[in-house]
Amino acid sequence: MARSTERQQAKPHLVEEWVGRIYTFLCILLLIVTIFSMVYFVASKGLSTFFVNKVNIADFFTGVKWSPDGVPPLFGALPFIFGSFSTSILAALIAAPMGICASLFMVEIAPKFGRKYLQPVIELLAGIPSVVYGFVGLSVIVPFFRNVFPGQGLGIAAGSVVLAVMILPTITTITTDALAALPSGLKEGSYALGSTRWQTIYRIVLPTTLPALLTGVVLGIARAFGEALAVQMVIGNAPHIPHSLFESTSTLTSAITLSMGNTAMGSAQNNALWTLALILLLMTFVFVFIVRWLERRSKI
Amino acid sequence: MKKTMMLILAAVLTLALAACGKNSGGSAEGGDQSSANTNSELTGSILATGSSALQPLVEEASKTFMDKNKGITVQVQGGGSGTGLTQVAGGQADIGNSDVFASEKLDAAQAKDLVDHQVAVVGMAAVVNPKVNIDNLTKQQLVDIFTGKVTNWKELGGPDQKIQIVNRPASSGTRATFEKYALGMKTEDLQGSIQEDSSGTVKKLIAETPGAIGYLALSYIDDSVKAVKYEGVAPTEDNVANGTYPIWAYEHMYTKGEPKPEVKAFLDYMTSDEVQNGAVKDLGYIPVSKMQVVRDVDGNIKKK
Repeated sequence: MARSTERQQAKPHLVEEWVGRIYTFLCILLLIVTIFSMVYFVASKGLSTFFVNKVNIADFFTGVKWSPDGVPPLFGALPFIFGSFSTSILAALIAAPMGICASLFMVEIAPKFGRKYLQPVIELLAGIPSVVYGFVGLSVIVPFFRNVFPGQGLGIAAGSVVLAVMILPTITTITTDALAALPSGLKEGSYALGSTRWQTIYRIVLPTTLPALLTGVVLGIARAFGEALAVQMVIGNAPHIPHSLFESTSTLTSAITLSMGNTAMGSAQNNALWTLALILLLMTFVFVFIVRWLERRSKI
Repeated sequence: MKKTMMLILAAVLTLALAACGKNSGGSAEGGDQSSANTNSELTGSILATGSSALQPLVEEASKTFMDKNKGITVQVQGGGSGTGLTQVAGGQADIGNSDVFASEKLDAAQAKDLVDHQVAVVGMAAVVNPKVNIDNLTKQQLVDIFTGKVTNWKELGGPDQKIQIVNRPASSGTRATFEKYALGMKTEDLQGSIQEDSSGTVKKLIAETPGAIGYLALSYIDDSVKAVKYEGVAPTEDNVANGTYPIWAYEHMYTKGEPKPEVKAFLDYMTSDEVQNGAVKDLGYIPVSKMQVVRDVDGNIKKK
């Protein structure tokens, strides 16, 4: 590219243009075909629970009893839906304040040290495989909860703590970028008017970056919602709505990973698992729409 | 120039990836066949998929099998008994590994084409946390525990400790075996019970949770958990083999119809003395040849 300023023949450029255009178009085409066939596949499998196996839709979403080989088989997915929402939202409640405060420290209070050393360390957390999180959770968090609180240790509490650590890097990275992107004029104006640092953060920085901060939190929830392996190891997997945070329960993902390999393709139970997958997929869409909506509300 | 190179490279890579998917069959006809000490002229590739409980044995046997038959490649995949049976019935796999009889998992129309090859036996035992001072449980006591009628060990003569059930998912082959031969009935998932699919996790939880009870294959049992007798019979290999201890299951390798020659050679190798007395024993399974009884799908036991 060093000689790009030299005048060249027009023809090679034309070829370049077209090769690039066709290749990128093929890539996007492949991507779109993949996405649509995924959605179609999951939806066709998932909906056959209702159309082929004649499970009542209302019973599926409100039933609390999941007993696929019972007589008659019962498919009540409410415990899984409840488990997924409660663990991921609780995880966000734990991780969001920590993540936002950590990024405030890294951007506003100790920018040099923070961005040079702390951010890479937090991003390291994102690279740890989820099975490691699950195993650590099972070996450390579960026994701790079992000894300190009444109950078995496994359950929503253990699941949320493991997920909170997992989504911390997501939330921190996104909020750090959002805080760093804030025009410095805003902060300088605030300081010029005599505000202290905390007043600036509290009155200026946080309100203006709020949509971006929430984007980070929602993406964190989305990640927690879809995480399967680590949660499955620490949540206990009983298909029931628990009475306490320390009682075994299930999430949508853990129910799928636990049973998918053991059920025969096309059976009612297998289709019901696809319906759970469809719910997960639709929830991911909802999260993406929320993020889009938040981005449009961005005030910067 | 650089960019064009990158584009070409990317295109080539994509094509190579796409091509990979196609040539999985028949890639084994290498030129090294003549040099090997083959005892047959068979070539081809075998895909065995299914039960994760049986996977280590099939993998172990496939390694020595491939050393002996250079022309044959054997691929072993996990995925669960349901996956294995579906794939062999659908023709995607040559062998479907399963912990249960095909007719228990598939509907009759799908199951009738499948040919059963029993390659090993797995014994199972109810295991409890080592602090639970109970050595023997009757069938009725186990039923009471797993249906939630009895919730404290003191009702069975043990310590005053809440019973914590560590179960398997309802679809699991291990659970099906335990329910069928130890409890004699299907049970429901109780509120507060723990469910794990992997034997390692089950063992860890039983070892650590006070008052825990679950069940494990004999090969997984060690000092961290306590195996209890069933109706007074200790869960040992000999008691399984002579038919006095009833909680065991066959490990099946299903083929669709009669197997192809290379698949048949592999299945014959699985049941040969070399594997039965070698890998089968080493990995904690019980050789089929050692069994003095046979059992059919309905649980009827006959002396051999």
